[in-house]
Amino acid sequence: MSTKVKATKRPWDAGPVTYIALTILALISLFPFYWMIVISTRTNDAIADVPPPLLPGGRFATNVAHLFDNYEAHFAQGLINSAIVSTTVTLSVVFFSSLAGFAFAKLRFAGRNRLLLFIIGTMMVPIQLGLIPQYMLMVKLGWNNELQAVIVPFLVSGFGVFMMRQYADQAVSDELIEAARVDGCSTWRIYWNVVLPALRPAAAVLGLLTFMTTWNEFIWPFVVLNDPGNQTVQLSLRLLGTTYYNDFSLVFAGTAIATLPLLVVFVVFGRQIISGIMEGAVKA
Amino acid sequence: MTAQITRGRHDRGSPDAAPQPPAPSRHRLTKIDLKFSPYIFISPFFIIFAIFGAFPLAYTLWVSLRKWDLLGGDGGFVGLDNYSAILKDSWFWNAVYNTFGIFLLATIPQILLALVTAYWLNKKLRARTAFRMGVLVPNVTSVAAVAIVFSQLFGRDFGLINWLIGFVGIDPIDWPAGRYSAWFAVATMVDWRWTGYHALILLAAMQAIPKDLYESASIDGASALRQFWQITVPLLRPTLLFSVIIATIGGLQLFTEPLLFNGSNNAILGGSLRQSQTVAMYLYEQGFTRFNFGYGAAIAWLLFLLIIIVSLANLVLVRRLAGGSKGAEQ
Repeated sequence: MSTKVKATKRPWDAGPVTYIALTILALISLFPFYWMIVISTRTNDAIADVPPPLLPGGRFATNVAHLFDNYEAHFAQGLINSAIVSTTVTLSVVFFSSLAGFAFAKLRFAGRNRLLLFIIGTMMVPIQLGLIPQYMLMVKLGWNNELQAVIVPFLVSGFGVFMMRQYADQAVSDELIEAARVDGCSTWRIYWNVVLPALRPAAAVLGLLTFMTTWNEFIWPFVVLNDPGNQTVQLSLRLLGTTYYNDFSLVFAGTAIATLPLLVVFVVFGRQIISGIMEGAVKA
Repeated sequence: MTAQITRGRHDRGSPDAAPQPPAPSRHRLTKIDLKFSPYIFISPFFIIFAIFGAFPLAYTLWVSLRKWDLLGGDGGFVGLDNYSAILKDSWFWNAVYNTFGIFLLATIPQILLALVTAYWLNKKLRARTAFRMGVLVPNVTSVAAVAIVFSQLFGRDFGLINWLIGFVGIDPIDWPAGRYSAWFAVATMVDWRWTGYHALILLAAMQAIPKDLYESASIDGASALRQFWQITVPLLRPTLLFSVIIATIGGLQLFTEPLLFNGSNNAILGGSLRQSQTVAMYLYEQGFTRFNFGYGAAIAWLLFLLIIIVSLANLVLVRRLAGGSKGAEQ
């Protein structure tokens, strides 16, 4: 029996080496998160212990309370701002991307292919290179230090349009749209009542990816939000890391709080996020 | 103009906005709807991109041809003076050297490890999703959080890395202080965050390779290693290129990791000796701490040029590397 199993062993069957290697990789991936928890649940002295502490302590609540009491870090304001910015950008990107994606996939109009190609082209251009004029523009508009400076430029996404177009192309049948037209639906009604419900799985993935990217955005907020009292949580983290670098338990409590929403999202929707990334790759 | 004409027709057809317009008008409404809805649906992207994407990029070019600083304001057209000054600027070349150093040190191991990881993930596994999530989880964290945790891990006095290398007899290293040790630490952060993402992209492409290719290669007696290099890698070429270009665009614009790794110690300079300042950091330094807008804008265009050159070089390289052994599979 065992010889038979051996004889039919194919190259894609996983052996112990594969499991060990992947487990090591997963542990390396998880360790910094674990370390974040260990340090943020102990006193600051623990960082100097030899050998280093390897288990979480019981001071997380105390450290978090210190964090929020600390007026200069403006951590609570950072969290609120990040929530506002990420939610607004996510809703807008999903709405405009699905609308445009539907148009590109299912509606006929002159210049359709060229305009789509243009959008794909914009994905390759590093927009951050326009940092200086973007900043000058914000000063002109009076938006520097205001949240709209980190919201409005991100309300649409070329990646989002492309992704929704690819999905709409196969998820919505032309017959369905024709039937709705015969029933007298306007294009908007078709979008709202027929297409959008069909796009829901892809819209969810796009929303998750957009939320995470926006929550994590650093360089542009760093440039345009200079007032420490009105920043996003990533900038609060930097402020913590540079001004309280002696108090690791406090700083790590901050990173843990700022990372937690993302980890929750990832644990709940991990499967969808993974398939979103993998499907996007095959189509690109 | 077309819009006006059609609106005129509409008005004649239905003088009042009745809930149930007569049939001919409804036909015209449908025509308008069919004609203009697609453009209205796609217009938000183009409007916002024009204002906040295209305009700033073009404006960067214009600003880069002018002397423009905080004290003097817009000092007029100076042609390519900013560019020629940058090419003689040793701080700029220092930043280019650091950027390429970190980029190579990060990207080569990253792509190779991602390739191997994808190979492992492509096997028939139990707990498949758990392993995939395991390698992807670093990608969902913010750069700021990663940089803070890794700065502590690479700390001189209480860092875990120094403690670990102590066991093999290496003295504690002051990681941010030295150029190459700083490169190494920053490259580690980048790889930790991105390897899993690239592995999943490569995995997706691997799954599209028909299994019978491997079966026939096995019958011909090709070893697993040979199959990997002569079947898998060549067929992954487009995805590999995609991965490398994503890594190039991100890697050459590297900013946050080195900035935060230097903590409060001359952070934007990349340390007191500029030992880990990247081009993007130098761009920020010139634009936003010295307010040399013209000079900074010129750096931005040179950086863009570098990205294009490196992407093209990658295109050639990936073609060569993965194409050289392509004959074997046919």
